[in-house]
Amino acid sequence: MSKVPILAARGLVKRFGGVAAVDGVDLVVDAGEIRCLIGPNGAGKSTLFKCLTHQHQPTSGHVLFEGRDLQGLATHRIARLGIAIKNQIPSIYANLDVRENIRLAGLRRWLGKRQLNRVVELTLDEIGFDERLASQPAATLSHAHRQWCELGMLLASSPRIALLDEPTAGMTREEMLKTVDVIKRLNASATVIVVEHDLEFIARLAQRVTVLHRGKVLVEDTMDKIEANEIVRDIYLGRKKEAAHAEG
Amino acid sequence: MVRQVKQAFFPVALVLFAALGPFILEPFDLVNLSAFSAMAIAALGLAFVWGTLGILNLGHCTFFGLGAYAYAIAVSNLGDSTLAALIGIALAVAFSLVLGYFLFFSRLGDVYLGVITLCVTLIFYSFMTSTADPSFHIGPVPLGGFNGITAVPSLNMPGDPQAFLSTEATFSICLLSLAGAYVLLSLLRSSDAGRIMTAIRESELRSELLGYDIRFYKLVGFAVSAAMAGLGGALYTAVMGYVSPNVFDLSQASQFVLWVIAGGLGAFVGPVVASFGFQLLSSQLGANQVFNTELIFGATIILFVMLAPQGLQPMLLGLSSLKFPHRFGILRRKEKPA
Amino acid sequence: MDNLVILCFAVINSIALLALISLGLAVIFGMMRVINFAHGEFIMLGGYATVIANHCGLNLWLSMLVVAPMFVALIGAVAERLIVRRLYGHLVTTMLATWGLSLFLIGAVTAIFGNTTMGVSAPLGNIPIGAYSIGAYQLFLIGITALLVVSALLALHWTKYGLIARAAMQNSEMAATLGINCDRVYAATFIIGAAISGLAGALLAPISGVLPHMGAAYVARAFVTVISGGGALITGFLSAATILGPVEALLSYFATPVLGQASLLLLAVIILRLFPTGVSSLWIGGR
Ligand SMILES: Nc1ncnc2c1ncn2[C@@H]1O[C@H](COP(=O)(O)OP(=O)(O)OP(=O)(O)O)[C@@H](O)[C@H]1O
Ligand SMILES: [Mg+2]
Repeated sequence: MSKVPILAARGLVKRFGGVAAVDGVDLVVDAGEIRCLIGPNGAGKSTLFKCLTHQHQPTSGHVLFEGRDLQGLATHRIARLGIAIKNQIPSIYANLDVRENIRLAGLRRWLGKRQLNRVVELTLDEIGFDERLASQPAATLSHAHRQWCELGMLLASSPRIALLDEPTAGMTREEMLKTVDVIKRLNASATVIVVEHDLEFIARLAQRVTVLHRGKVLVEDTMDKIEANEIVRDIYLGRKKEAAHAEG
Repeated sequence: MVRQVKQAFFPVALVLFAALGPFILEPFDLVNLSAFSAMAIAALGLAFVWGTLGILNLGHCTFFGLGAYAYAIAVSNLGDSTLAALIGIALAVAFSLVLGYFLFFSRLGDVYLGVITLCVTLIFYSFMTSTADPSFHIGPVPLGGFNGITAVPSLNMPGDPQAFLSTEATFSICLLSLAGAYVLLSLLRSSDAGRIMTAIRESELRSELLGYDIRFYKLVGFAVSAAMAGLGGALYTAVMGYVSPNVFDLSQASQFVLWVIAGGLGAFVGPVVASFGFQLLSSQLGANQVFNTELIFGATIILFVMLAPQGLQPMLLGLSSLKFPHRFGILRRKEKPA
Repeated sequence: MDNLVILCFAVINSIALLALISLGLAVIFGMMRVINFAHGEFIMLGGYATVIANHCGLNLWLSMLVVAPMFVALIGAVAERLIVRRLYGHLVTTMLATWGLSLFLIGAVTAIFGNTTMGVSAPLGNIPIGAYSIGAYQLFLIGITALLVVSALLALHWTKYGLIARAAMQNSEMAATLGINCDRVYAATFIIGAAISGLAGALLAPISGVLPHMGAAYVARAFVTVISGGGALITGFLSAATILGPVEALLSYFATPVLGQASLLLLAVIILRLFPTGVSSLWIGGR
């Protein structure tokens, strides 16, 4: 069994001054998977994502994409390999309309005009945007719609792997359920790694869950086992206790 | 469709003017308008690189001046004015690529970029003023220091350096070049590459994460704007018959920026109209010696910037009109999507 | 030997000159993140104030050290009130507005005094070194520049104003909740920066004379020094001046002054290519 994992991190470290936000992460993700990444605030999840896409240069360690070492590649080169990311802070073209946003994401695939238009309309459909929403400038969208717009951009760019940092932050339950659908669409052709705090969301999506704590991988298992795991409970509950303490 | 008709209106008007102008206007006006058009071509370059790509190049006149000097030197040495103009464009582009490499590959912020580009032009200014010594010459052409190069031959027929073009023909060529520059830049802006450039202005991070090499697009856009400025500089020198270090000085630098601000950032027609308006104004003022132009330009820049303290910034981001901000200049008439 | 002394002097002189013409700009840019394009004209106005006051019969030292800084501080206060204050936070807009101001001031001075050079003679005579001689006034300039830089450093780190100012710059909202009037701190900083620029212009007037366009000769070098210095306020621009100054001096000495200036710019561009946030990112970290 020598299948090459689509994405692998080996001993990845990122230091900010004295703080090691990512402190020796080893991670293997197989093609086609939906992997969930959880961990308390400040665990280093977002930083790990940024290291994977070279928005931050890792202090040490390696990232392998389909066995190929990404060292020294610029962010846009990594994107061209098919690694798409939605950062925690939404990043869309606020002054351009939604259709243009999605079109710009699809444009990189050099499809030809007709094909590209088809991809754009299909994507708008997949994220459930009607004509009125599609011709609205992205800045005027509601919070949830912005998230979907960005997910639509990822969809249209047809990535091999998509990294999603808190795609449901601030959504209602209904909206979260819709996001689950969109991500499943994305997963039809791409591997997905998603950072989330919402347990229901994770239960609906993920096959395997990786727990990050203080920049290190704590455990990696199925959701059921993770929920039953004492240490994981301690981290989350311990934090809750501390918080209760601080408030009380 | 409506948009296309509207878009075509301006270049068509220019072409008509190029054809009819010689029959209506005095030679003196023709020369003036030729020079204004040459300047306007360069201004379009800045309108493009600043409005579409968000690159604030305060030293746009560097490229203008390089085109102007290259034309003056080449035409005196080679005779053929077409070749000389091409050399002017090529030199401006070559320099923009070198400068752009340092600017964009260092990922300098807006403000740093503005400062560095302005400093570059000032250095050219002080270099050119220090070439009074006869030892500074290229071929038989002395650089001339503060006085610059005088008696520069005007445009001639391609391949026949002795056949100088008339004032009327030169006028038509300048206006047609302006129309051509306008059409070219408009097409570029609405092409896929142009839309990517707009996207880069909107969000560099997003564009990078989508796989676009922002440094490459910026370099290309910068070179295009330099080509326009180089062409403008070459035509200007051909029309005026001389070039001096003043093409690199602060007031020259400020003029381009002023026209683009006044004409509306993100627009093309506006800057052209503004450049004609302000040049007309300053030639009137200059002739009457009432005020010096720096005073007027300085006050105008301050007024434009201050009267829209919040308005300018969204304008810089192109917020005021959606998709692609085509604004018809000073009128600020917003287009409805066709 | 004499040659070497003269060369060393030229190098030190060049560093000091860069520091002198950049200090006012560094204060304004470093503290407020405002690019003051009218910096060169503040220098020019300082020069004019000195020359005019001196021609009116005032003692040269008084004109230089008192009248010029006060006059330019006044201009700075007006500019801050009418222009800069309304645009805080809009970096590019401020830059354009101060550029307009710069042209306006050039135009105004040209309209009043004409486009001719005026001057005062340099005081203090010469000091012979072998076959050469150096102006005692230039030694004085080096001394007073050092004094200015050191006192700026001390003021920033050891006085209450420095502490308040740094707090306001770091986090104006937080400072406001602590009862600091940020508007007033900004205004004071801008005025101090303007006064320093005015003083620089005054000190240079005896050497270079004054001309409406003289600002352009300094502004490029000042900007380049401050920007390649980067985030650390005083140490940043000082180290940039120390790197750039000698290069300019040596090339000016062995080639031409213009080549010296061009190389200074080229070096700065290379520095920015290597450290996009300035040399001081080496010790304060890229921000
Ligand atoms: N640019 C930065 N400079 C310095 N420290 C940083 C930077 N980015 C993150 N950190 C620190 O690294 C640690 C990990 O941050 P990160 O954002 O990766 O956590 P996270 O797991 O995504 O948390 P959250 O759930 O709140 O999003 C934190 O302590 C944070 O303060
Ligand atoms: Mg995070």
